[in-house]
Amino acid sequence: MNKRLTGLVAIAFLLFCSPTWAELVVEITKGQADAVPIAIVPFSAPAAASFDVAQLVSEDLARSGRFKSMDRKDMIEQPHTGAGISFDDWRRLNNDYIVVGQVLPQGTDRFTITFELYNVLTRQRLLGYEISANRPGLRLAGHQVADMVFEKILGIRGAFATRIAYISVLGSLPHKNYRLVVSDADGENPHIVMQSNEPLMSPAWSPDGQRLAYVSFEDRLPSVYVQFLKTGERQRVSARAGVNQAPAWSPDGKKLALTLSTRDGNLDIYVLDVATQALTRITDDPGIDTEPQWSKDGQSLYFTSDRAGGPQIYRIGTQSGDKPRRLTFQGSYNARPRLSPDESQMAFVTQEDGGYRIASMDLRGRGDVQVLTKGRFDVSPSYAPNGAEIIYASRDRGRGVLALVSADGRVQERLVSSEGELQEPAWAPF
Amino acid sequence: MKRIVSIALLMAGAMLLSGCPKKHNVIEPPIAGSQAAGATSGDSASTSGRALDGSASTQGGNSMGADATGPLARRVIYFDFDKSEIKPEFADLVAAHARNLSSHPGLKVKLEGNTDERGTREYNIGLGERRAQAVRRALMLQGVTESQLTTVSFGSERPAAEGDDEAAWAKNRRVELVYSP
Repeated sequence: MNKRLTGLVAIAFLLFCSPTWAELVVEITKGQADAVPIAIVPFSAPAAASFDVAQLVSEDLARSGRFKSMDRKDMIEQPHTGAGISFDDWRRLNNDYIVVGQVLPQGTDRFTITFELYNVLTRQRLLGYEISANRPGLRLAGHQVADMVFEKILGIRGAFATRIAYISVLGSLPHKNYRLVVSDADGENPHIVMQSNEPLMSPAWSPDGQRLAYVSFEDRLPSVYVQFLKTGERQRVSARAGVNQAPAWSPDGKKLALTLSTRDGNLDIYVLDVATQALTRITDDPGIDTEPQWSKDGQSLYFTSDRAGGPQIYRIGTQSGDKPRRLTFQGSYNARPRLSPDESQMAFVTQEDGGYRIASMDLRGRGDVQVLTKGRFDVSPSYAPNGAEIIYASRDRGRGVLALVSADGRVQERLVSSEGELQEPAWAPF
Repeated sequence: MKRIVSIALLMAGAMLLSGCPKKHNVIEPPIAGSQAAGATSGDSASTSGRALDGSASTQGGNSMGADATGPLARRVIYFDFDKSEIKPEFADLVAAHARNLSSHPGLKVKLEGNTDERGTREYNIGLGERRAQAVRRALMLQGVTESQLTTVSFGSERPAAEGDDEAAWAKNRRVELVYSP
């Protein structure tokens, strides 16, 4: 009872989502040579809007590495509607596409954003759209504009208007403060979901994007919690003797795959029904079995096991009695699998030249492996919900940072925070 | 060679101890640098260590080490990279705690396993647990009751030293013995 009370107090303190301090700055470290040139013309806007929607759209598209946004200083005119575009001029400035738009006031504190996307060569209008937003909603609206432009031109759903969760560690030894943070995908708008003086780990989004499962050591022992983001209400779903780790949601959002241990410390993978607390053991091996991840059909789990010596990735059916099948064979360290949304790729951590790097395996063809990053401490990959990018944790000049790499390895970026060690990014579903 | 020397040391220590008049010395000061400040011992009994000073005994001396330097005062066991075997230089430390625990069945110890920062976080939890279990087995082999021991793994989440180099990593690959009343 006492413990539960303490928990409630902690939650009340967290309620709700106190905005945080530092913001993330994006640095593109490796761009794409054939990026699509596009001009996002500044939108006309009333002073009351006090937010530059076109600038955000321009930054989003450039950040993806797949677009080259034209610098405003080079624009000789700034039309706000299609009728005002002199296509020949924009063509001479080597733009393939142009976006024009306006932010119009709708009473107090409410705005309508209209925008149009044109193909400069064919002068064809590809998009014409209107979005309504209040003042705080203008940022989200900007991401939605970028999403629509991205999808129209590339045929891939945009993921700019999505969120990420990550762990931020502040302070120095032995007084550390661990925070579970949810922010926009570009690192803006950070909110603390949970904080503790003991480690927080392994945030995992429920498929509906409304809950986070995570591991907390707040009792100096690991427990798995599920927390509703809207209310802050949380439930301790596993606090068994020994290890309680690595939660992963089933595709239907009803079950969690977890790593638990026997009394003598053998880690195996289990499936826990969150509502009924029914527990099913999936693996049974004296080695370390951990880091489970579900297939989309809910029929199998990908996981790390060192049953053959070093850690390697395996897949096992969730039906009882299934035998695991080993998937990785190159190198002595392959761990923490994550599947792309269409399950064509698996991202994981591999050891190469003494460093830990993000690699991906082609799951549809012959299982070809491509190492995507070049760092020494690249871990915790997580796919964007559109599968185009992977966010991961890296280190830069002795600090934990978040970084992005396109799923094909061609574009790389770093998210630089002004303070704290950033760890374990998890990209939310759409 | 080194192993033989330390085993000899151990045996010498054990003989010495059993030969000494029995006193009930309970040793449980809090660990420096640990956050668990709440876990203060109920009866902070006397802490005169019966420990053997390593350097003295290599010369055949029987001098009893001071508390600050004896094996019981040492509560961290360090490991090699990717290993969970207890190195010979920590055998006396483990033996001293095993004796302390088996002669005081009311004492409990939490074995906190840790790894360095390299590799994936959840797999490191497994490696830290493996280290804690290695110490648990060693203590039980030397007579400690199972119910006196619990394990927890912090993996790479609670480093003792910060830095991206071997000097820091070596300090982080460890099991800490945390006594509770």
